[in-house]
Amino acid sequence: MINSSLKELAALLAGKKISSLELTREFLARIGRFNPKINAYVTLDEEKTLTQAHAADARIGRGEAGPLTGIPIAQKDIFCAKGWTTTCGSKMLENFVAPYDAHIIEQFDRAGAVNLGKTNMDEFAMGSSNETSYFGQVKNPWDKSRVPGGSSGGSAAAVAARMCAAATGTDTGGSIRQPASLCGLSGLKPTYGVCSRYGMIAFASSLDQAGPMAKSSEDLALMMNVMAGFDPRDSTSLQRDKEDYTRSLNKPLTGLRIGLPKEYFADGLDAGVAKVVEDAIAEYRKLGAETVEVSLPNTRLSIPVYYVLAPAEASSNLARFDGVRYGYRAPEYTDLLDMYCKTRAQGFGEEVKRRIMIGTYVLSAGYYDAYYLKAQKIRRLIAQDFTEAFKQCDVIMGPAAPGTAFKVGEKTADPVSMYLEDLYTIAVNLAGLPGMSIPAGFSNGLPVGLQIIGNYFDEARMLGVGHQYQQATDWHTRMPEGM
Amino acid sequence: MSLDLSDVKRIAHLARIEIDDAGAETALHQLSGILGLIEEMQAVNTDGIAPMSHSQDVTQRLREDVVSETNQRELFQSIAPAVENGLYLVPKVIE
Repeated sequence: MINSSLKELAALLAGKKISSLELTREFLARIGRFNPKINAYVTLDEEKTLTQAHAADARIGRGEAGPLTGIPIAQKDIFCAKGWTTTCGSKMLENFVAPYDAHIIEQFDRAGAVNLGKTNMDEFAMGSSNETSYFGQVKNPWDKSRVPGGSSGGSAAAVAARMCAAATGTDTGGSIRQPASLCGLSGLKPTYGVCSRYGMIAFASSLDQAGPMAKSSEDLALMMNVMAGFDPRDSTSLQRDKEDYTRSLNKPLTGLRIGLPKEYFADGLDAGVAKVVEDAIAEYRKLGAETVEVSLPNTRLSIPVYYVLAPAEASSNLARFDGVRYGYRAPEYTDLLDMYCKTRAQGFGEEVKRRIMIGTYVLSAGYYDAYYLKAQKIRRLIAQDFTEAFKQCDVIMGPAAPGTAFKVGEKTADPVSMYLEDLYTIAVNLAGLPGMSIPAGFSNGLPVGLQIIGNYFDEARMLGVGHQYQQATDWHTRMPEGM
Repeated sequence: MSLDLSDVKRIAHLARIEIDDAGAETALHQLSGILGLIEEMQAVNTDGIAPMSHSQDVTQRLREDVVSETNQRELFQSIAPAVENGLYLVPKVIE
């Protein structure tokens, strides 16, 4: 049952073969067993969770169930959920009980899904290894001496260890796709503006986007049907017609044109990862797709551009944490300024402070044009690279991360080496495009993800491209040993 | 662009983050590394390129100027560090 797809679980629930209460208890039992070793969840509230499961059973009994009614879902701790502690992985919000629901949480509630708990993450989503969390690092279920990736590392580990049926994540520079790759699951970052950011604690507002993390592409499609949608409370939410993200799952791949960016297979890519990705692409050719070499010449610049734009936006967004209205306040201070400075020095971790300082610097008087404006201009060049590439292909494929899961502590001393983890994912956020990672095999026993990048609003096609591969392969069904 | 210790302390002050000398030393080293990475941008010719902030180049939505929120002061203040009589308490700023 823990390996069942969302569709299979919905059928079991509809057929009264199992109740949501039983299913939820099964996952809670697994959390009780595995979470002490993995640290994927930071907050559990059995009473709230079981109340939702009970309500879902009643709804199923009334014949009013939707595809996710009664399904236990893990929520990244970046989403405000009314009455739930919502920490964003920070000491700053250790005792913050959200007074309202994020749009994403409302959508799952409306669908009748069960909130299993809040998952661990890099502090304020700043990190690629989950090591910046105030609540301790998450361990990769495939090898507990290694990181799960980040920032949605708790959600990734929870799905990989089957401590939930599916989970939510957010992706600002690769935070869904890189952990999905490192933990062997499927994850989708939608087109910017498709999922509302309302109630999702802001990091870099022009890049942040919520998305699903699950075992398979088909599961992602069902999650997207719940998560996507216009929300007037997010000023960047896009007003579009509702779409069915499952509509292209069964479309054959014949004639699909896959673009392979030469920059994604150059120096910096681990040989084992390259082999797995090339094998996956060979499988796609077998399934009827054609491949064409494309070029994304500004790929390398995406990292410097990102490390101007994201910290700049973060320094502005995180100015709200001042110890006045909510969150941590330093116990001792002399005056108001001292209260701000001590509160923020004590409440934020090192990586968050580093990024706030970078952002403050690039936005300070005299530097705006040289940094922020320059970065926004190169951002357009990066987006234009993709526009050109999509003239020759329907989807782009390549690695999601340059390597497999690395050892805990391996990259913490040098922030720049950690930033390079996101070499293949960041450009997608800068361009605002949808991107996903699906399990494509293993290198030295560790999972490797294949990244699929689509054109704007082409999620349904991408999910179909993922699903067809998952019909022909079984990488997405593999589970870590001992789980 | 290279930073020195006084720059780091000025940035920390602007960011309202207390920093001691040892912290500033570490930050100097790490921020310099990151700025070195960022410098790669300066080699790119961006003449005539319009800055991009949203991929769809959408314009700000407008709405009717009507009340959309209800008063939830008590709920919101229940999670504040210090409140009194419906007000947020901070150290005295006016003598």
